[in-house]
Amino acid sequence: MTAINAGDTAWILISSALVMSMTAPGLVLFYGGLVRRKNVLSTMMQSFFILCLISVQWVLWGYSLAFGPDVGHFVGNLAWIGLRGVGLAPNPDYAATIPHQLFMTYQMMFAVITPALITGGFAERIKFSTFAVFTLLWATLVYDPIAHWVWAKGGWLHDLGALDFAGGTVVHVSSGMSALVVALIIGKRSSYPRITPAPHNMTYTLLGAALLWFGWFGFNAGSALAANELAVSAFINTNTAAAMAALAWLTIDWFVTKRPTVLGAATGAVAGLVAITPAAGFVTPLGAIAIGIIVAVVCYVAVAVVKQRLAYDDSLDAFGVHGVGGTIGALLTGVFATRAVNAAGADGALLGNLRQLGIQALGVVAVIGYAVAVTFVLGKILDRFMGLRVKGEEEAIGLDITQHKESAYTLID
Amino acid sequence: MKLIIAIIQPHKLDDVMRELDEKEIYLKTVTNVLGCGRQKGVTEVYRGTKEVGTLLKKVRLEIGVNDSYVKPAVDAIIAGARTGSIGDGKIFVLPLEQCIRIRSGETGTVAIG
Repeated sequence: MTAINAGDTAWILISSALVMSMTAPGLVLFYGGLVRRKNVLSTMMQSFFILCLISVQWVLWGYSLAFGPDVGHFVGNLAWIGLRGVGLAPNPDYAATIPHQLFMTYQMMFAVITPALITGGFAERIKFSTFAVFTLLWATLVYDPIAHWVWAKGGWLHDLGALDFAGGTVVHVSSGMSALVVALIIGKRSSYPRITPAPHNMTYTLLGAALLWFGWFGFNAGSALAANELAVSAFINTNTAAAMAALAWLTIDWFVTKRPTVLGAATGAVAGLVAITPAAGFVTPLGAIAIGIIVAVVCYVAVAVVKQRLAYDDSLDAFGVHGVGGTIGALLTGVFATRAVNAAGADGALLGNLRQLGIQALGVVAVIGYAVAVTFVLGKILDRFMGLRVKGEEEAIGLDITQHKESAYTLID
Repeated sequence: MKLIIAIIQPHKLDDVMRELDEKEIYLKTVTNVLGCGRQKGVTEVYRGTKEVGTLLKKVRLEIGVNDSYVKPAVDAIIAGARTGSIGDGKIFVLPLEQCIRIRSGETGTVAIG
């Protein structure tokens, strides 16, 4: 009989759909609510478009580059181009009890959401055509190699023993740092920070945050690649970290502004989810609580203090939450990890193993360095030949009308 | 006393408010409206999408001013709102019979601010 396990397959099918829902409608709503009304469609369109673009890119060459036969511990080759050689029987290197194509599908949703997170850094001012080209190239040149390093057979960080359960470095550090680079190249929105636009619909943002949390169960618990005890651990850790981070953020909010804010609750929860992502299958629920508190404090400072001081326009806090939060999560994984939860993992610094923390740090530094360097070159080249930014008048009128000839809301009928 | 009503392009509101602030005219009311001019909304496809037939989104500014502030206010609005393209908008100046500050009951030129 086949080695395929029905329970595992059912769970990973659902997890794939859950992670897809994080991009659309999760990010679609979360980011959409944070921008001005005149830009809501363009912001939503970016995530939706990425879902379409990377779904196809992944099947054609992305999966092969990320998970295919190793070349120099750096990237996969194109042996699996167009899913050649990727069949329905399991591939024991990656997941022994589910069809290989299902593993590919599950990974696809991660490849989709990662560039969608970057859109937060250039919201309300990027040209759609340039954005489309940038996304396709970034996915191929940045995401696919980094995924290979950390998760593929032969990837150098994988072989070194770096722990990244569901994508703290692969997804969040890479996208967050890249977002900052693009934000700096494209420049601040006009009249920022003198005028810092308010979110036009916080109800969308809160709904989006809730959908992200819901989908994140697939992101983290699904990374167990089986319907087993580890998936349960990851599920609990995910929920606990999100909840604790939201509470911690609200507490800080209360002290700083005397009022707990909905945006604070939503952002705090997302920060917690980001930080627990690399740790979900390696720590205990108490570890998850600690991670939630720590990431809330650090990201709050990144978003509320550092951003103001340094005055860069990371419009939707892709760097402040995903870049910083992912880094914190990756490092804390090296602190709180315990073999008691996952024998295939490692013990962290709290249990006396400092080496793991060192490996985590190395992984973070390498991913940041590579993502920043390649994104910088990519951004500069595209800016030179296509122009990253819309014209001043187009930015004032709004991207919905100028990039898409559409308006989200009518006034009378 | 006069009531100035200006219909302007939505994306010029920031510029208009900055010009008014420079002339120390701070009191104003702003609403979203639909409108069109002589071209019946036809030529402005780039700067607006049509609703309800041919009406396009505009912003309406209302400011009550003392007579000596009429010219500075009108100049400020024009400086902020003019682009030279069709659809820049219009300014109406109406005579204002009375102005009362609700909080204090002051009336007349004192209440206008």
